[in-house]
Amino acid sequence: MAEQVKLFKTWSTPFGLRITWALQLKGISYEAIDEDLSNKSALLLQYNPVYKKVPVLVHNGKPISESLVILEYIDETWKQNPILPEDPLERANARFWAKFSDEKLILSVWSAFTKEGKEREEAMDASLKNLKFVEEELKGKKFFGGEKIGLADIVFGWLGNLLPIFEEVSGLKLLDDRFPSLLAWTKELSELPVVKYNWPPHDKMIIKYQALYEKFHPVK
Amino acid sequence: MEKSDVKVKVLGSWSSPFVLRARIALNIKSVNYEFLQERLWEGKSELLLKSNPVHKKIPVLIHGEQPICESLIIVQYIDEAWSSGPSILPSDPYERATARFWAAYLDEKWFPSMRSVGIAQGDDAKKAAIAQVEEGLALLEEAFAKCSKGKAFFGGDQIGFLDISFGSFLGWLRVTEKMSETKLLSEAKTPALLSWAHKFCSHPAVKDVMPDTEKLAEFSKTILARFRGAAPPKS
Repeated sequence: MAEQVKLFKTWSTPFGLRITWALQLKGISYEAIDEDLSNKSALLLQYNPVYKKVPVLVHNGKPISESLVILEYIDETWKQNPILPEDPLERANARFWAKFSDEKLILSVWSAFTKEGKEREEAMDASLKNLKFVEEELKGKKFFGGEKIGLADIVFGWLGNLLPIFEEVSGLKLLDDRFPSLLAWTKELSELPVVKYNWPPHDKMIIKYQALYEKFHPVK
Repeated sequence: MEKSDVKVKVLGSWSSPFVLRARIALNIKSVNYEFLQERLWEGKSELLLKSNPVHKKIPVLIHGEQPICESLIIVQYIDEAWSSGPSILPSDPYERATARFWAAYLDEKWFPSMRSVGIAQGDDAKKAAIAQVEEGLALLEEAFAKCSKGKAFFGGDQIGFLDISFGSFLGWLRVTEKMSETKLLSEAKTPALLSWAHKFCSHPAVKDVMPDTEKLAEFSKTILARFRGAAPPKS
């Protein structure tokens, strides 16, 4: 049967980028549809009525939403180049760190980027604490997944481009030589063809996040 | 390998719906475990802080020497580590994705909306909070029809991942109904979920660990009082 795989995303979303990596790592043919979130397509709204968000993967007409759910679906449907290990404990560990990325680290970094004054300071402290946990988890390993990238690497991937862009735009210093393992990891990750060739254009990202930063920090 | 003679412990509290998930999953697999009740007002135990240094939260499953944290991750671990017992996740990848999607929805959107009902001050705020919960229940009623395919549970004939994820909140749902004097699950609006809730709570893997609604209601009054400003007793 001819497979039909579609990925609804935007040009810049880190959550959609994860899915791009997973599909390409497994050599799956798919059609990418870049949405304009200010004018969502009827299809997107039909495929993700609960959240109306990207990414959405549509496999033979059946939609799957939420990037972590999509990643596990991809791994279970296409068995080549597994993203998750076989051992239940290692799987639990990978899922734990994936969740940590999205529920703790992204939120604290986003707060540091968007808030001001005391709230910003607190968010910075939280972000540094969170990065320290991740640094400890990574220590000694090339990737979170070991010799090859796995779920946690894919999910933490935003540290490789989005975080430096936040830093460049806001002047915040987060991922620096206080976290040598993480810095080394971002370099290893960025060398992978599937990562290197899929980063959204740097200049376009700077323009986007500069505009967003100014919205949150209006010049009085 | 079954690892059936390795010691299993659950660190948690009788009142936590997240802890309940781990216990139900272990019961489904007929795994014997030691339940270690955290002392609620006396600060977190050494074992908890050591086993979950990142979040310092319950539940923690300790299998042999290995801690596993985060309730939905624990449930999946239980399913995968005791693979010869009844399956908790469905076998079809799309059904698994659907179950995971709704479990995440419950944790990220629905349960927080239910908690808001308890915290809401004033009639308008309460009404708005209840409306949000009911919106979510309408979605879940639809999801039940699709997942159950006419059977008793989200998982079909047997309780599965989504049954556990959602069912673990039923104690708190009943407390919320009691405190707000509203029926959140009803014959009129959510007949399938109403029937499912009853079956879930009567299930052998659930009935002995589901907290008693009265006890939970008393407990919630204590928490609310503390939340609203009474200082916790120092141990």
